[in-house]
Amino acid sequence: MSDDKQPVKKMSIIVSRGSLDGIYPALIMANGARMEGIEASLFFTFFGLNALANKTLDSLKVSTVGNSALNMAMPMLGLPMTMPFPTWMGAIPGVSAFATRLMNKEMEKLDIPPVREFLELISDSGGKIYACKLAMDMFKLKKEDLMERVDGVLTVGDFYNESAGAGTHILFT
Amino acid sequence: MKKNIAGTEIDVNEEGYLTDMSQWNEAIAAAIAVEEGIGALGDGHMKVVRYLREQQAKGAALTIRSMGKSGVVTTKELYDLFPGGPLKKSSKIAGIPKPVGCI
Repeated sequence: MSDDKQPVKKMSIIVSRGSLDGIYPALIMANGARMEGIEASLFFTFFGLNALANKTLDSLKVSTVGNSALNMAMPMLGLPMTMPFPTWMGAIPGVSAFATRLMNKEMEKLDIPPVREFLELISDSGGKIYACKLAMDMFKLKKEDLMERVDGVLTVGDFYNESAGAGTHILFT
Repeated sequence: MKKNIAGTEIDVNEEGYLTDMSQWNEAIAAAIAVEEGIGALGDGHMKVVRYLREQQAKGAALTIRSMGKSGVVTTKELYDLFPGGPLKKSSKIAGIPKPVGCI
């Protein structure tokens, strides 16, 4: 076995989901990379654009429907993790908002910022934020519709070029 | 373990973080800064280092977000001052334990 570990030099993270629980892991991984001196790029595509669009980004919700991994412990109800969160319950109006509020409260305790502030933090730390051109066209979004820290609207090809270099890892979330 | 930093025997862990923050002084900070590739410490660095030590003494959990909101330094400045690991390197230089959080 060799001790010659090749360091991670850059993380290029693709964000394709638009729920709060779909977006946060990518933001945490990108910020964590910058804190370790690793370059970071975020490429938001499909529903991931919810995290960049000014109209949606401050009110993202935890998905309580069709989220089979969600359990009663996760929305911090103090119930065991083995108890599933019933899908029918997730469909009741207000339940997603309630679960979101609970999760936001827990995250604030851990000093995890809200999405807009988190994107600003990543941007201030030198991380790059990109939107997918195809998804922008599909959702009829313009650059002006996105939060101001977006560094550019890229095609898939542009994104791969941007990710070039030994030591880059591309992560799809 | 012991390590000789700036002519003094200091207790450090295997990553080189001081295990007793009271053994710290500015000469030690300067020596660690050189070792970490930060170079000479200016006023900006020292402001951060002193703030970190104050927070540590209070038992506060340090995060990159709390640093940016501290009023001592902006996120951008912190990254410029301590390239390659803003919180990790500044904590090492400040003689406090490595930050344990992910944020």
